Amino acid sequence: MSSRADIEVAFKGQLGGFPLDARFAAPGHGITALFGPSGCGKTSVLRCIAGLQRLNGTCRVGGEIWQDENTFLPPHKRRVGYVFQEASLFPHMSVRSNLLYSSHGKVLPPAEGRVGFDEVIDLLGLEHLMARAPQHLSGGERQRVAIGRALLSQPRLLLMDEPLSALDRQTRDEILPFLERLHEALAIPVLYVTHDLFEVERLADELVLMRAGGVIASGPLGAIQSDTSLPLALQREAAVSLDAVVKGFDEQYGLLKLDVLGAVFLVPGRQRLEAGTRLRLRVGAGDVSIALEKPAATSILNVLPARIRSARTVDEREMILVLGLGEDGAGDGLLARITRRSWDVLGLSEGTAIHAQVKSASLASR
Amino acid sequence: MSIVQALSPEIWTAVRLTIELAALTTAILLVVGTPVAWWLARSRAWWKEAVAAIVALPLVLPPTVLGFYLLVTLGPSGPGGALAGLWGARTLAFTFEGLVIGSVVYSLPFVVQPIRNAFEAMGDRPLEVAATLRASPARAFWTVAVPLARPGFLTGAVLGFAHTVGEFGVVLMIGGNVPGETKVLSVAIYDFVETLRWREANILAGGMVVFAFAVILAMTLIEKRMRRAGE
Repeated sequence: MSSRADIEVAFKGQLGGFPLDARFAAPGHGITALFGPSGCGKTSVLRCIAGLQRLNGTCRVGGEIWQDENTFLPPHKRRVGYVFQEASLFPHMSVRSNLLYSSHGKVLPPAEGRVGFDEVIDLLGLEHLMARAPQHLSGGERQRVAIGRALLSQPRLLLMDEPLSALDRQTRDEILPFLERLHEALAIPVLYVTHDLFEVERLADELVLMRAGGVIASGPLGAIQSDTSLPLALQREAAVSLDAVVKGFDEQYGLLKLDVLGAVFLVPGRQRLEAGTRLRLRVGAGDVSIALEKPAATSILNVLPARIRSARTVDEREMILVLGLGEDGAGDGLLARITRRSWDVLGLSEGTAIHAQVKSASLASR
Repeated sequence: MSIVQALSPEIWTAVRLTIELAALTTAILLVVGTPVAWWLARSRAWWKEAVAAIVALPLVLPPTVLGFYLLVTLGPSGPGGALAGLWGARTLAFTFEGLVIGSVVYSLPFVVQPIRNAFEAMGDRPLEVAATLRASPARAFWTVAVPLARPGFLTGAVLGFAHTVGEFGVVLMIGGNVPGETKVLSVAIYDFVETLRWREANILAGGMVVFAFAVILAMTLIEKRMRRAGE
């Protein structure tokens, strides 16, 4: 069974001009995002995990020791899948040969715990590309093949180094759903390097925040997003990502009814989704306002009972609040950015029962 | 008078010998030059450029200098003589074997340089990808590095072959002029001129011009085609 510490990483050393001292643990399932500004050492951490680069430290994945004081497994002996920023397909091989490189050109028969060939082809929509040469693929198609190729090497851990950053916006939006489907369909843990908060909010389950060669925080996405001692919550575009389950669909108004912990959201939905479908909801801190009483008449769809868990002053004008959804405040967390004046005028304090008015929440399929 | 009749057996022997020498030299150079090129392309040793300079020496040295040292090395009192002693001969100088060794040294940079360039142009990434797909370094080399460096191998082989066909100074120093053993085309031309056999000299010299032209043209065309295929 997987536990929180299925993946344990600690590297220390000098990298080019700056010191790297990164230590974190990640669970053996789901997507863990390594997030931080360019040049903070995220990619180096990934390369060290794959064994492509060597720094002192330890690296344990699912009970296997890849590196410690006495061990350094060469990259090809580590069951790792690596998706580089550029697809890096072998130009002298067809898509099919690229996909089957790790299995020496053979399609392995399906087996327990093995990523199936047909499954990958299906999941990534590669069927019609098999005979093509990499030169004749679009950027998005190339990256999909690269992801498939990495998956078919039967990794215990999939490393993705900004797989979308080399693509234009449109192509990125075309690939994101594939990544979300992978997440649903496969049980392989993913370490996902990115400097794009949008990708984190949409994909990540866990978050490792990096800065200047070090890890400043790591943990479940929601916890990091709503930790006001961390820089993420204080940003102007701060938001929380909520994992929601479709409960129903209001045909008349085209509204999806979504369950999160401690609340039910109504969100405009383009299509009818089956009950039980999992979605990800993004709620920005700037889109949440506070009311002491439940407003009698308002155009805002989502007015949700909640409690103030904590508050922190951002500057002389504004504050950031962490709210717990539900009458008792024990549900999912939300962020709300309000003025200090409102805080004083409403007489708010930690523990106050309030109503959170959510002006908008955006959906991403999950 | 047909071409075949125009060419005396003497000329045919020289042509055959030259092709044999160039083919054997090229084959050996590909085997020896590839690891050297690989090492030069991948190593981070500070002294590797010194090795590269040694490999490139024949580009700059007068063939007579090279020939002189080869003669000393291959002769009865050098290591070549000792080697020849294994099969009861006295020396490697003035033998076909000696000529092969000399040609390998002389043409080495022409084979190593293009292959090294091709390995370097490829970069680290394809090998890293192969490694993360469980390919051992050996498999990565054969299935990724070599195919991707194909244009370099082709250029190296063609240059090595053509250059060996055209060498003169080194051959004269260490090979002499033994028909069927060391008397290659370039030496034969010299010989014909010395003995005032202008007609034979003309045929051989003209043939070499055509050969050189064909080689360069073919190489350019093939490279162009490979580059287009790679895009």
